[in-house]
Amino acid sequence: MRFIDTSLIYTAVYETICKISFVCDPQLHEAILEAQHRETEDLPREILGMIIQNHNYASEDIIPLCQDTGTTLIFAEIGTDIHFSGKPFSETIQAATADAQHDCPLRASIVLEPIFERNNSKNNCPAVIHYELVPGDKLRLLVAQKGGGAENMSFMKMLSPSASADTIVDFVAEGVIAAGSRPCPPLILGVGIGGNFEEAPLLAKKALFLDLNGHHQDPRYAELEKRIVAKINHAGCGVQGFGGNNTVLSARIITAPCHIASLPVAVNLQCHVHRHEEIII
Amino acid sequence: MKEIKLNLPFTDAEINSLRANDKVLLSGIVYTARDQAHKRILNLLEHGKPLPFDLRKTAIFYCGPSPAREGRICGAVGPTTSARMDPYTEEMLKAGLRVMIGKGDRSEQTATLIRNYGAVYFAAIGGISAVLSRCIVSCETFLWEDLGAEAIYRMELLNMPVFVSIV
Ligand code: SF4
Repeated sequence: MRFIDTSLIYTAVYETICKISFVCDPQLHEAILEAQHRETEDLPREILGMIIQNHNYASEDIIPLCQDTGTTLIFAEIGTDIHFSGKPFSETIQAATADAQHDCPLRASIVLEPIFERNNSKNNCPAVIHYELVPGDKLRLLVAQKGGGAENMSFMKMLSPSASADTIVDFVAEGVIAAGSRPCPPLILGVGIGGNFEEAPLLAKKALFLDLNGHHQDPRYAELEKRIVAKINHAGCGVQGFGGNNTVLSARIITAPCHIASLPVAVNLQCHVHRHEEIII
Repeated sequence: MKEIKLNLPFTDAEINSLRANDKVLLSGIVYTARDQAHKRILNLLEHGKPLPFDLRKTAIFYCGPSPAREGRICGAVGPTTSARMDPYTEEMLKAGLRVMIGKGDRSEQTATLIRNYGAVYFAAIGGISAVLSRCIVSCETFLWEDLGAEAIYRMELLNMPVFVSIV
């Protein structure tokens, strides 16, 4: 049994939210530089240059990378040998979210009631939290500040179980191409294949936390990742819809077992600010 | 690709001289409005009430800035998805609006309206708020503070980079 005081979690989450809002992920920065190098057209190359400049200015000026500072999203993988002491876990996360919003400051972008009042919670709470129990005594938190533009263009479908790999590549590519410039390309794609109606989108979201430059360990799925990227980039939407061959920087797939009658496929779109971080306690 | 410096308000001739994909360094006074502010503006127009600013002489910037740190002019400034404002655009054009700044494409129908009214829609780049924020000379909440980020802010721009999308 390991005791973790939740004040430790508070500090780690608070600091992470602040950091990812202002400091670009180094791997993403590299990926943008590479995209700029590859880009063959002037206008998108110039815009990629502005994105690189944004990474520098954001840390210099301590100004958020994007004005949509996002919804706080947390995947919590909790070792079953952990006992939490102090304030309850979820309360701790919400406090870190609210305090980061206030202190940074970040934009309060959450409404409490979705249709009628759409009244702003004023502190960016609640954060969205997904829990998973895992063996061991470690706590792993995946933290993201997820913008609305890219999230709005995400999609899922229950495909026919007989759908071929080609059909899946087409389904993913067509959805992303149809989104055009709205999700703020260049994009990172998380693709969840299998599971059920709620699991596939969770897998898709989780896939956004995988290594941008990595590939699925099964070469057949690694091939799918590459084909999805190639097909979308071939279609020519490009950086912010200004053409060229850099609509997507990376697509990562996570799979899960599914029902004999089903083949759920979900695609979570992530914009180029890609604010995310892993914390291990 | 041309790079042009322009100050608001625009003359018709200035709008007519613009071509798709021109890069414009934009200066002058703009007002922000997102979904909720558009609803309220349309509500005023519907009831024949005057707007507190002249739509003809300014631009509407689809933007909900983040709050400013203490001692700063503004927080993070950047465009939100313009297509969400398509349903309000015809009324806004009728009321005199000629310049819009936002992110991404418009519907075919909205694009046609923008052209028919001799207006221009600029695409600003999403996710480069630190770059755009350096182009803000002043920023104040102008109307409907209760809307938070969705309130109307009055901003003065200096050489903010935008690209002609529809003209
Ligand atoms: S989609 Fe991403 S880059 Fe675009 S406005 Fe939203 S948070 Fe910013």
